[in-house]
Amino acid sequence: MEQILIEIEDLKKYYPLKGGIVTHTTGYVKAVDGARLIIREGETLGLVGESGCGKSTMGRLIVGLEKPTAGTVRFRGHDLNELKGSKGKKIRTGLQMVFQDAYSSLNPRKHIYEILSQPMLYHGLATKENLRSKLDDLMEMVGLSSRALGKYPHEFSGGQRQRICIAKALSLKPEFVVCDEPVSALDVSIQAQILNLLRQLQKELKLTCLFIGHGLGAVNYVSDRIAVMYLGKIVEIADAGELFHNPIHPYTKALCNAAPIPDPDRPVGSGILLEGEVASGINPPEGCRFHPRCPHAVDDCQHKEPGIDTLVEGSRHLVACPVMLRQTT
Amino acid sequence: MKKDNSEKLVKNKIRIGRAKDQPKDLSNESYGQTVWRRFRRHRLATVSLAVLIVLGLAAILAPIIAPYDPDAIVGTFSGAPNGQFWFGTDQIGRDVFSRILYAMRISLLVGLMATVISTVIGVVLGLVAGYFGGLLDMIIMRFTDMVMSFPYILLVLVAASIFEPGLWSIIIILGLVDWPGIARLVRGNVLSLRETNFVKSNLVAGMSLRHILFSEILPNTVAPILVYATSVVALSMLDEAALSFLGMGVLPPTASLGNMLNGAQSLTVLTRQPWMWLPPGLLIVVLVIAINFIGDALRDALDPTSTTSH
Repeated sequence: MEQILIEIEDLKKYYPLKGGIVTHTTGYVKAVDGARLIIREGETLGLVGESGCGKSTMGRLIVGLEKPTAGTVRFRGHDLNELKGSKGKKIRTGLQMVFQDAYSSLNPRKHIYEILSQPMLYHGLATKENLRSKLDDLMEMVGLSSRALGKYPHEFSGGQRQRICIAKALSLKPEFVVCDEPVSALDVSIQAQILNLLRQLQKELKLTCLFIGHGLGAVNYVSDRIAVMYLGKIVEIADAGELFHNPIHPYTKALCNAAPIPDPDRPVGSGILLEGEVASGINPPEGCRFHPRCPHAVDDCQHKEPGIDTLVEGSRHLVACPVMLRQTT
Repeated sequence: MKKDNSEKLVKNKIRIGRAKDQPKDLSNESYGQTVWRRFRRHRLATVSLAVLIVLGLAAILAPIIAPYDPDAIVGTFSGAPNGQFWFGTDQIGRDVFSRILYAMRISLLVGLMATVISTVIGVVLGLVAGYFGGLLDMIIMRFTDMVMSFPYILLVLVAASIFEPGLWSIIIILGLVDWPGIARLVRGNVLSLRETNFVKSNLVAGMSLRHILFSEILPNTVAPILVYATSVVALSMLDEAALSFLGMGVLPPTASLGNMLNGAQSLTVLTRQPWMWLPPGLLIVVLVIAINFIGDALRDALDPTSTTSH
């Protein structure tokens, strides 16, 4: 059994809404509302869901860009919220992040050389003597010429910039990388290149990744397991192939159905199409969050919040929908 | 006509050829060189810079260049310009040209030093308010609003009457009232830069607060700060002139452009003896315009995303 690298427990992030004449909190946006997740060493977990379901917030919570309202994130057993001082910093560098918008991820005033070397020098991962060779290695790893080191970010294309961002994240030798929609801003041909690069790096460096995306195809391509999020909650987790071929949760079914998968054996237009709007995170529906749009909803769904449960005893397939679970078993 | 056209075409071809070669040369270009190349595209600013350098040198080298002691009575009262006194003499027989050179020293010194002081205060307060936000931001910005909403010249006058008037008190007073604009500018920039991915990625990389504030955020606000600072230089020089004109600034016999104008207030001087007020007045105009042009060109030159060729 692989070791558990990241353990997320009851993670919550509420953003206060301010309003009124005398500023006060009028409510909360529940971006992440009680998520529970385990990421094992060496695996890539895909996180999918529609815009605004809290998947990016989840990524930012894990790397510590946001403070959770409640719950814990454990990295190798260390509670990341309790980490303080220089020792905490050292552990935290084991978690890095690649952002969606590569253009704003690089300081426009700095050479690539500076951008890549400063964190390494700061954390003592390189000395002045071996810096150059380390930088050359990094550039080679992400498929760029080391001549690019002397250039400014705006001189690169989107795909090249994303490669530099990946190099920057990797420069600190992280064990875990959060990729927050790293290819969403790129055009399709470049997407494939970056995805291939990520996959190759995962294998070579034995990286553990959280790959956040909304294109099911891209997520499926790089992920071992996939978690589906809806309105701040995780509704289904399964191995990538299993999730696609045997989606249980009605939302996952709808997602899979909506994704244009180039598979000739797949019947066209079958399954469900979702109706209605996604509810807002300010006032999420009671009970199961998905019930207003769910074709299988029963009375219970409106009151009882479903827990996440295994499909079969001991299975790696978890679903937060008691109705469907009952039907399948 | 045809010949003209073909000539143009040839010229265009040459230009295209050069443009193709350019990236090769540019790859080795340092940031400073890039800025300088872009700066030179502004003719007016280049001329302004040359003028400013000449005037600056003249001011620095005043003791060598000036033909007379600026405070000594060397000629007739209110003498018109002639071969001996190029800009004539003032009411008590001092050489206007020598006084102009020394006055320029004072003006430039006041302009630069007041700007340095206000820029430092403004940048520090703006950075702190913008980056940390919350209560600290509120306190700093309300204080800034307070300083800004005071009638400016009144504040300076009151301060000038509390402190002893003199060169350094002028510099400090002007420095202490000019910063709110810069603080607001920096805060606004920091607010947006704080949310950029490159700052976030450096936070994730565990870089120190010092690195993030001064190496990531500050360099990206340098361009607007510089541009704003040039206008503060010009403004401080004008304020010094105004204060000295009102008799609250640099005290005679020390020459400053403002108190030279102050000395030329009477109707006779204004109508009959223009050599006493025209040179200092024109000099103020030239200095302020030159500095503003330079600031304008700097804004374009410092923008890293502006195109490499125009």
